[in-house]
Amino acid sequence: MNFRTMFALSCAAAISFALVSQASAEDKAVKIGVIFPMTGNAASAGIHGKAGLEVALDIINNAHPELGSFPLAKNAGLAGLGGAKLELVFADNQGSPATGQNQALRLITEEKVVALTGAYQSGITLTTSAIAEKYGIPFVNGESVASNLTERGFKWFFRTTPIATDFAKVYYDFLTDMKASGAKTDSIALVHDNTEYGKSVADTITTAFKEKGVAIALDVAYASNATDVQSQVLQLKEKKPDVVLMISYTSDAILFAKTFQAQDYKPPMLIADDAGYSDPSFIKAVGKISQGAFNRSSWSVGPAGSATAIIAKMYKEKSGDEMDDTVARQMTGLFVLAEAIDRAGSTDPAKIQAALKATDLKPDQLMIGYKGVKFDDKGQNILASGVIIQLQDGENYTTVWPKANAEKPPVMPYKGW
Amino acid sequence: MRAGQNPALIVVRCNLLATTRGFMSFVILQVIVGGLLLGAVYALFSSGLTLVWGMMNVVNFAHGDFVMLGMYVAYLVYTLLGAGPLIGAPMAMLVLATVGIIVYFALIREVMKGPMLAQILGTFGLALLLRYSVFWWFGANFLTLPENIIGGTLDLGGIRIPASRLLAGIVALAVTFGLHLLLTRTSLGSKMLAVAEDSTAAQLMGIRPDTMQAIAWAIAAGATGLAGALIATFFYIVPTVGETLAIVAFVTVSLGGFGSVPGALVAGLLIGVIESLSGYLIGAVYKDIVVYALFVSFLWFRPQGLLGKS
Repeated sequence: MNFRTMFALSCAAAISFALVSQASAEDKAVKIGVIFPMTGNAASAGIHGKAGLEVALDIINNAHPELGSFPLAKNAGLAGLGGAKLELVFADNQGSPATGQNQALRLITEEKVVALTGAYQSGITLTTSAIAEKYGIPFVNGESVASNLTERGFKWFFRTTPIATDFAKVYYDFLTDMKASGAKTDSIALVHDNTEYGKSVADTITTAFKEKGVAIALDVAYASNATDVQSQVLQLKEKKPDVVLMISYTSDAILFAKTFQAQDYKPPMLIADDAGYSDPSFIKAVGKISQGAFNRSSWSVGPAGSATAIIAKMYKEKSGDEMDDTVARQMTGLFVLAEAIDRAGSTDPAKIQAALKATDLKPDQLMIGYKGVKFDDKGQNILASGVIIQLQDGENYTTVWPKANAEKPPVMPYKGW
Repeated sequence: MRAGQNPALIVVRCNLLATTRGFMSFVILQVIVGGLLLGAVYALFSSGLTLVWGMMNVVNFAHGDFVMLGMYVAYLVYTLLGAGPLIGAPMAMLVLATVGIIVYFALIREVMKGPMLAQILGTFGLALLLRYSVFWWFGANFLTLPENIIGGTLDLGGIRIPASRLLAGIVALAVTFGLHLLLTRTSLGSKMLAVAEDSTAAQLMGIRPDTMQAIAWAIAAGATGLAGALIATFFYIVPTVGETLAIVAFVTVSLGGFGSVPGALVAGLLIGVIESLSGYLIGAVYKDIVVYALFVSFLWFRPQGLLGKS
């Protein structure tokens, strides 16, 4: 036996030993599959989401008594499972519904995860959760807002985030208040892409406003990942709506902000539906030319020393960026899932499902501004809610509505640059 | 212009005056101007592809990622040196020309010996390698150059022309003109064409195919890098941006006619204007349908493209 064969054999032995020891350490771990866009045009969102979930994992798996009444923080691991640790298996959906579906299948059949979370884009959550449903694996979604996700009669799908219908109501109430304070809000334009997210949110808002007797004056649809949005901006410039509601992912949101400036177009009021406008890289790239943009959010950092402020700090250390609404909602999804597994005291999917159905979390047990977490028969959190924030200085969002939560009053009109 | 000399011109002029009164048609004018500027950009980042695909007959799937690299070079020049595209663009051109030479000797020369499929997979692999190397190094965040890096927007009687796009448009014309002259008027160009046509025969005439191919790759990648640096002044920068842009480059080159540099310019302008007009008049979701429907039906009648040789 020569040296090279010896070397190769010892390498093989070392690797198999490492694999075996890893496997035995993982026997106790509770595996949860996470599907995010880690590559592709939404990778920025996926990578921030991953950092957020890793912070949540740290809170769950290690003792964090400083977080007070926060579930799973006090002790290390899941008490209900004898201190078992949680393990996250990340998978990349590449921004494609088909890839997401394959990843869900792989996580369930090969990685043997006990539950799934993700998948950021509504269109991909749609396909991945269908696989979970087929295999009877709980899927907890913290961030996708397309209404139809919880209208499919699924038994294994649970969603903690407020959805398009909740926000249509928030926008309506906000606009009513703004009108009462003298702002012109008569003609509203929706600008949205043609993805599941863009289409369904636009449809929901249109329907909800119509029910209140308000017609949407202009509907500007565009293909996602546009190379140019000049003609859309000119359409807005010509029709002069009082309110422009932007439903866009990051890439298009940045292009719109730049084109608004190039065409010297400032809508009197610009409201963004989260997504791109909440991405920290949007704020860094074009925040300074989007001053005064309103946005929806459920996240608020809270006073210094509060659980939310501590979590925000942990996140900043991990990712280098400020916590944003999307990440906070994603983390909340994982916390709710982990709390249910802990309460179930089992990794049996049916028991986790039963525990999820019985979830009843109070506002002080959450890191986000929901009124609680409680699922209806469709799996939708009925206590989800949100506020309106504004990018007043082009760098940080400030809560401006409703009055009870407001840090500052809303500033009108849209300033831009 | 003397009155009465050319009635047609006067009519055009009157029409222009009349249209400025009606906002609707005025917007159309802005849409067309915007479309031309967009088209010039398309032409600019397609010119490099015309050379390698149209002439050297190599389908470079990494073309969009060369544009992306050019954008990141411009970004680095800005963040490290604080310099604008005046330095960033030539730097991007140099860096990418070097990349082009390395890519030719390390990859293209080898895969060209294999079947067509090897070229496709080889350059596609290169595209992913470049994309995810940048991804790993810079992360997935969207980056931008500052808005005022090229002085603002020109306002010509209400028609707004961003200076960054105007510069890109002018450079597109210059690059097209330069490449065209190089290929038709210089001995280097003739040698490159000779190699493209029949590399064995060219070798018998004393032309070194390797050197010519490498030069072609350097020029093509350099022009692409230049395009990237200029596009970076008005577009976002992200590792996957090549994906968004590359498809337009392929369409531009095949519409313009393989190997025709002026063809790519005309095709780029045409696509830009059609996209803008259909986006404005019919709706943005339909503009790609309009562009590609026209493209496919045009190729049906004239498969060699606008200015390609049949």
